Amino acid sequence: MIELFLIFIGAALVNNFILARFLGICPFIGVSRQIDTSLGLGIATTFVMTLSGILAWFMQEFILVPFNLPFMQYVFFILAISSIVQFVEMALRKMFPTLYEALGIFLPLITTNCAILGLALLIPLNEYGLIQSVFFGFGAGVGFTLAIVLMAGIRERLLFADVPKPLQGASITLITAGVMAMAFSGFLGLI
Amino acid sequence: MNNIIFATLISVVFLGAFFGIGLALAARKFKVAVDPRVEGIENVLPGVNCGACGFTGCKKFAQAIALGQTEVDGCTVGGSETADKVAAIMGVDSNSEKTVRQIALVRCQGDRNRARNLSEYRGISSCAGAELVEGGSKGCAYGCLGLGDCVRACPFNAIEINSADLPVVDERLCTGCKKCVAACPRRIISMIEDSSKAHVLCMSEAKGAEVRKVCEVGCISCKRCVKVCPADAIRIEKYLAIIDYDKCRNCGLCIKECPNDVIVRKQEEARGRIQEVKKCFDSPIRGASL
Repeated sequence: MIELFLIFIGAALVNNFILARFLGICPFIGVSRQIDTSLGLGIATTFVMTLSGILAWFMQEFILVPFNLPFMQYVFFILAISSIVQFVEMALRKMFPTLYEALGIFLPLITTNCAILGLALLIPLNEYGLIQSVFFGFGAGVGFTLAIVLMAGIRERLLFADVPKPLQGASITLITAGVMAMAFSGFLGLI
Repeated sequence: MNNIIFATLISVVFLGAFFGIGLALAARKFKVAVDPRVEGIENVLPGVNCGACGFTGCKKFAQAIALGQTEVDGCTVGGSETADKVAAIMGVDSNSEKTVRQIALVRCQGDRNRARNLSEYRGISSCAGAELVEGGSKGCAYGCLGLGDCVRACPFNAIEINSADLPVVDERLCTGCKKCVAACPRRIISMIEDSSKAHVLCMSEAKGAEVRKVCEVGCISCKRCVKVCPADAIRIEKYLAIIDYDKCRNCGLCIKECPNDVIVRKQEEARGRIQEVKKCFDSPIRGASL
């Protein structure tokens, strides 16, 4: 039980996918203008991450290893991720049309979010079991949501800040991300 | 070797079929019916998302039309041309002759030289701000504050502040979206139909003597226009002359009769002011006066 908790904390805080592994920077910069939207994207990504973690484990365990096909890892994982994203897109469109419109192009772009492929690839690398994969995927999603919502909160305040002209826009966002990454490195001693 | 190729093929086919069938089933379950007319209507709308129709954007307006919740001629920016196209998509008559083009009219002539300032306003440069601080610097409590909230509200750059601190509406650019009407804290901008001619350019509900103290071009409710009007189109309400555009015959007698030149013809008045703006752009003093 403690081990599962540590995997969760490790994926969410210590090895945060955005701020420690630097994966998924694209949506981190692109959809962090408003807290509401970024929270929606975070939840969608968490859902996709948890599901892809589970699917990645099943694929690894029952197809890739028994049939000795490690070279097909990327293809299978991308197939699984894109299918899940398609499913999430359909479900969101039906159930939360406003969120669907707000996320716009970034919803299908979850497919190409390297954080999710990174998660799928890390599961066999870390030799996690099924339950561990669930916690790892969910923790990674929570970490992603945390980072992107924090970023959105900062950017909402940055709107009122007197930013020097050359630093406005993406530059100040990236500088902020760097400072956040430094702050998150403080979690390193946690485990 | 053959085994590996075989296993790869089988597993890819199996997974592809699994996800494909799964997604097809999900698509059936989560099907959202989209009206193809919405997209068509959206394409013929101007797409400026100004909100003049009362919806949050062109897309919402298009959806409302497709659902029959609003009229096809609701877009004031696109005018009758857009209404015809939308009506063609919806398969109804547009009644586009009903949609008369409307333009904004600033109902105040009290510029810097003609309406007295009684105090000095040094707050943020916004009419809404000045209105909060005891109504700004102008002596007249109804007149234009001249700080340009309407200019900033206009999505079409149709309003400019002239050299005498009064807003001028460029009739060619005005689309009648009413954003300036809502932005003006003193509510002195109103919409007029292009065709109507004589307008009372004053909103002061103060008594004649008080108006005279603070403004040279305010309505002092002398009733000379009421008496001279052959069509009984002018009445005085709250010490202010009001023209009933349905009765007005555009004879122009009131314009000649008004002692303070409060009643003017829109076109002439606008032309005069636009020339003033051009003059002001040429003069080197402009930067200093701002």
